[in-house]
Amino acid sequence: MQLTMIGAIQNALDVAMEMDPDIVVLGEDVGYFGGVFRCTAGLQEKYGKTRCFDTPISELGIVGAGIGMATYGLKPCVEIQFADYMYPAYDQIVSEAARLRYRSAGEFTCPMVIRMPTGGGIFGGQTHSQSPEALFTHVTGLKTVVPSNPIDSKGLLISALEDPDPVIFLEPKRLYNGPFDGHHDRPVTPWKKHALSEVPDGHYTVPIGEAAVRKTGDALTVLTYGTMVHVALAAADKTGIDAEIVDLRTLLPLDTETIFASVRKTGRCVIVHEATLTCGFGAELAALVQNECFLHLEAPIARVAGWDTPYPHAQEWAYFPGPDRVGRAFREALEDW
Amino acid sequence: MTTDTSPLSLHVPEPEYRPGDVPDYSRVSIPKAGSVSRPTVDADPETFRDHAFSIIRVLNRNGDAVGPWAGMLDDAELHEGLRHMMTLRAYDARMMMAQRQGKTSFYMQHLGEEAISCAFQKALAPGDMNFPTYRQAGLLIAAGYPLLKMMCQVYSNDGDPVRGRQLPVLYSSKEHGFFSISGNLGTQYIQAVGWAMASAIRGDNKIAAGWIGDGSTAENDFHAALVFASTYKAPVVLNIVNNQWAISTFQGIARGGAGTFAARGHGFGIPALRVDGNDYLATHAVAKWAAERARRNLGPTVVEYVTYRAGGHSTSDDPSAYRPKEESEAWPLGDPILRLKAHLIRRGVWTEARHVQAEAEINDEIRGVQKEAEAIGTLHDGSRPSPGDMFEDVYAEMPPHLVRQRQEAGY
Repeated sequence: MQLTMIGAIQNALDVAMEMDPDIVVLGEDVGYFGGVFRCTAGLQEKYGKTRCFDTPISELGIVGAGIGMATYGLKPCVEIQFADYMYPAYDQIVSEAARLRYRSAGEFTCPMVIRMPTGGGIFGGQTHSQSPEALFTHVTGLKTVVPSNPIDSKGLLISALEDPDPVIFLEPKRLYNGPFDGHHDRPVTPWKKHALSEVPDGHYTVPIGEAAVRKTGDALTVLTYGTMVHVALAAADKTGIDAEIVDLRTLLPLDTETIFASVRKTGRCVIVHEATLTCGFGAELAALVQNECFLHLEAPIARVAGWDTPYPHAQEWAYFPGPDRVGRAFREALEDW
Repeated sequence: MTTDTSPLSLHVPEPEYRPGDVPDYSRVSIPKAGSVSRPTVDADPETFRDHAFSIIRVLNRNGDAVGPWAGMLDDAELHEGLRHMMTLRAYDARMMMAQRQGKTSFYMQHLGEEAISCAFQKALAPGDMNFPTYRQAGLLIAAGYPLLKMMCQVYSNDGDPVRGRQLPVLYSSKEHGFFSISGNLGTQYIQAVGWAMASAIRGDNKIAAGWIGDGSTAENDFHAALVFASTYKAPVVLNIVNNQWAISTFQGIARGGAGTFAARGHGFGIPALRVDGNDYLATHAVAKWAAERARRNLGPTVVEYVTYRAGGHSTSDDPSAYRPKEESEAWPLGDPILRLKAHLIRRGVWTEARHVQAEAEINDEIRGVQKEAEAIGTLHDGSRPSPGDMFEDVYAEMPPHLVRQRQEAGY
């Protein structure tokens, strides 16, 4: 069936809830209304108010109560309405969800999924546009997933719901309704024209911890995820550079095998993410690549990222690392070093 | 419109007494034992709002159990309660000394607060879950958890059920209804509510108990817990142990000048009781009432236990630096062990001689357990969890980067 990313996420929840009566969905506006982005539409009607319900506006409460439910034996899938709203819940995520298995030597565990829309491109300003993935990948005990298309969204979300540990599931909201490639001045392309929107019916999984090569190439390796996968593809198209584009899909645990194999092949590496540059996930990628592929590198590892400013409103497209900036980095990476 | 333009001034609350002052609580009015009514568990909370401002007490000055909250425990149960409290006190004393001897890094005792956790546990049923703080080890003792395991946890030795990963006293035992203690304050309160909600979602009949101290009620988790508990009528007992002191900060800093901690429940429409936390019988009776209310799907109850932290916050602070040494003695609610002992003597089922004998027996038992624990190891000696073990249980399955790091570390 053909689905948008929203449809795929909704369908993943539906399939998983049907199979596993322990899955409960909670968050702000997720019940009767079906979520501000509609990702939980119809679930309350189908599964009842005790399996999909609205919560008070308290991210700490949503995650904290979810942890309690998970330790009871349920599998909560909680929604934080925007990743930017996550901060009040951070203590519960870092000190509790991520640490419970360790501190109780496996006696109490926390199988829960924390979904949140991330990234910009929707004129959301600084409180509806952030990409806080590095704040999660830095926390041991968490797994962090960022899908870039409908088929992965469903398969990864089902994997996350079946995982024995807490999973942070980041949904690039600019991709919800189409494979946005950074060309904000062009008409929106809908998912239905994209091959990865043809989503299998029923249950299937995309394993956590496996990257996907979206485009093979020999000139350079692009390490990216989420919205930037499509931006990188557009930049490769625009520049005509034979880039190999690796969609990481899971940031932690990271598929280093695929990453290192690609960089060893191309000898050049450009890292692209929307989150701010300094101490972003790209820094970890760069460190790993230089450590493992040093003798294969023919150029410095480049990073293209959001500027180290808060996400601005009017200047959104000057901030967003679009295909021009990414393409420029590709060309620089190919120069003689 | 006011014409007063004098400068504003900030109010910073101060406790009544600091070191060098002579504490005097004689004018503090303590409600008489037996004077507070006992509503039915399904009574309209509006009809007993004043219970959040009074103190429910059962044991009077003569050691008699009086009033509507009395008469819930038989002789054997009272003997058991006394033994649990005495065991906790003796255990604390041994562990405090062990810390001073360098056998572990840190310890936190319950001195003066033994009744609360020991009595509360007896109000729960198997399968219920406590989400405790670091000062409720009486829950474990009253649930029959082995002292040896507790001690091994304190020593972080090879017998430590949590493999040396947690600070001393941050116990965990699912089987005994004791949730893994966090070192971050307040986080467990909302988790208790979520756990209770899960029991209701499943249609089970288990209830949860959240625990928090007076100081930590200022944490956001407390507010979230009360909102969620009230919204979903979660089957949870929300306990607040008001021991007057948060390290060196008196309870007025968390509470301000208004109301009581119990009364915070009213703002959420949650019924609230305030109880003499140094009165084993009152504490047990109130716990039983709140637990029954939760189990009958009538929703949450806030319970404030009025008590006094007679010792330091932990082995890392000296209370004489911030409060008068005499304050503990002057505290009007007395000592929970001495009060229950007096009651049992009054009932004719206990004597001074038997008490001395029981103390000796308990001390012997604890010394024996300590020998056993130390034969396994202490923080710095003997058999301890292997360094390689620190890489386990981060995830259900060790991810490749941790496997690499463990190899790099040489384990």
